[in-house]
Amino acid sequence: MAELIKAKEPFKFCTRFHLSELTGLRASTLGQLLDLIKEVPGSCIYHHTHRFLQQHQYLSPEPPNDFAYWVIDALGEDRLGEDLASIDTMQYSTIRSLRDKIASTIEDYLKINPLAKLRFAHPGEEFYFIKSVSFVLPTDYIAYNLADFVEILRKITMDTIYFHIFEARLRIEKQSNDFSNWIETSLGDKKLADEISGLDPYTRTLEDLRAAIIRITEKRIKG
Amino acid sequence: MVKIEEYASIVGQPIIDDLKLLAGRLQGKVIQNINSTSVGGGVAEILSRMVPIMKELGVDTKWDLIKGGEQFFEVTKKFHNALHGKQEVIDQHDFDIFLETSKKNIEEVNIYGDIVFVHDPQPIALIKNKNANKWIWRCHIDVSEPDQKVWEFLMGFIINYDSAVFSAPSFSRKMPIRQFLISPSIDPLSDKNKELPQEVIDSVLRKYGILQDKPIITQISRFDRLKDPVGVIEAYQQVKKYNDCQLILAGGTAADDPEGIAVLEEAREKARQDPDIHILLLPQNDIEVNALQRASTVIMQKSIKEGFGLTVAEALWKAKPVVASGVGGIPLQVKHKYSGLLCHSIEGAAFAIKQLLNSPGYAKKLGENGREHIRNNFLLTRHLRDYMLLFLSLYYQEDIVYL
Repeated sequence: MAELIKAKEPFKFCTRFHLSELTGLRASTLGQLLDLIKEVPGSCIYHHTHRFLQQHQYLSPEPPNDFAYWVIDALGEDRLGEDLASIDTMQYSTIRSLRDKIASTIEDYLKINPLAKLRFAHPGEEFYFIKSVSFVLPTDYIAYNLADFVEILRKITMDTIYFHIFEARLRIEKQSNDFSNWIETSLGDKKLADEISGLDPYTRTLEDLRAAIIRITEKRIKG
Repeated sequence: MVKIEEYASIVGQPIIDDLKLLAGRLQGKVIQNINSTSVGGGVAEILSRMVPIMKELGVDTKWDLIKGGEQFFEVTKKFHNALHGKQEVIDQHDFDIFLETSKKNIEEVNIYGDIVFVHDPQPIALIKNKNANKWIWRCHIDVSEPDQKVWEFLMGFIINYDSAVFSAPSFSRKMPIRQFLISPSIDPLSDKNKELPQEVIDSVLRKYGILQDKPIITQISRFDRLKDPVGVIEAYQQVKKYNDCQLILAGGTAADDPEGIAVLEEAREKARQDPDIHILLLPQNDIEVNALQRASTVIMQKSIKEGFGLTVAEALWKAKPVVASGVGGIPLQVKHKYSGLLCHSIEGAAFAIKQLLNSPGYAKKLGENGREHIRNNFLLTRHLRDYMLLFLSLYYQEDIVYL
């Protein structure tokens, strides 16, 4: 086993809870959906591209985002649904850029399929825009080295993993996830940091993601 | 009285720890719940479970009632129906009765909470007593297509609250105040949802003369046209052509509900001469409902309109495959093909039931997914967490709040 390096700065685990704020905005057609995607707060885009990960964390792989789900389910636009579901969220480091990609995907589809504009959702099946409000709290868990880190990873809630992986990277715009940032800057282990940031968290359940990070880190500890 | 720690075996200790963490952030705040009744009805049921647990968590939570006479409650019942989209004749006299009783309550109800949590329309006018404290209006009603006259009357009060809370996204509309989505929940430790020994399930089936020799399709709901019991029978009849099965339609007593009695008779007429259809007029007996759900192969909720439809959550919590209409709060509970099957017609319901009966592996997977979905999103613990976050949200305007 390689000697454990003590971190320059310990990793303080936070947890995060979310509350869904209603906007009263709704779309019945693709045109309305597109217009609203362009104008709603970023917290709405975040909500609809990440809600499924939390609420359906037992499903795997590739949970769809809400936009993809709705265009298939309510409008019957399967091809567009597939295009939206396959947007590689990992390639976007800001909500703004992710929003632009979603909007351009719909615009491109409407150019080729103008009749899709005529489809509308039945009453009650409209797309309702919701905003995600996050509450971030520190936990009592602190890691000083990789062994602590793995031990704590086994105990923490999904909300904590979710916060440090998804919210930190995209919503707080730290470019990478918190675990990789800490491992690189405080432990100087760029290889492990890259391995963790190379995991695509959008195609795993949160529990699978936890297991993968533990497995990679344990392997690193054993050298 | 159930203790919060008893939920740890169901949701995990970390979730209980999270609740304690959040409760700590509400120290020093008094939460004053106000509604119109302490017994009967969904709101009283929820509060009677939540208030003691909130207190146990260390949140200073109180529960007060408004007063109202027969006339007042007749008017609020009319409001309730009109908000659900039912045709009601409501005139100025009704509004005057509401305002007159409300005036007495405004004078008499002692408001002392740092956060005043008002449930449903009956006490809504108490907002006139607002001062420096925070006020939330919790709407437990399906207001997706409300009577405009009543809704506008209520809006005159709602806009003075700090926040409003609805149970489904389709109930929201543009408002000048913040509004939040908080779904109701089921209590996994209640008689209706707790684990039951097989002997109990068997004895309930024996009591009602139901054999377990063929698959059981069940819908639990009161006999109400909006629950479409006749449609359920027609769907079953279509299934029966291909799959030998039996149907249980079980609901609460309808003795004081003339329409309910008529609907029950329609169902009985429709079911005539089929010994495999069991129409059960159940007294309020949660253990029996629990047993019937657990004995079922497929559970239906073929409602035409639904406030939230917690019977779906109850079925999914028992890992049962569900076929349900995509109305009210049901789509929040059932993601089509992930945690159940949604339908929009009798034929669609029949097709979905046949799929489940003929593919037990698929049915099992949907049920298991459904149970996890309920565990994560529709249990009392999530409801408690959301309410505590709601209280905290009153003191922050940002989308990302660092506590």
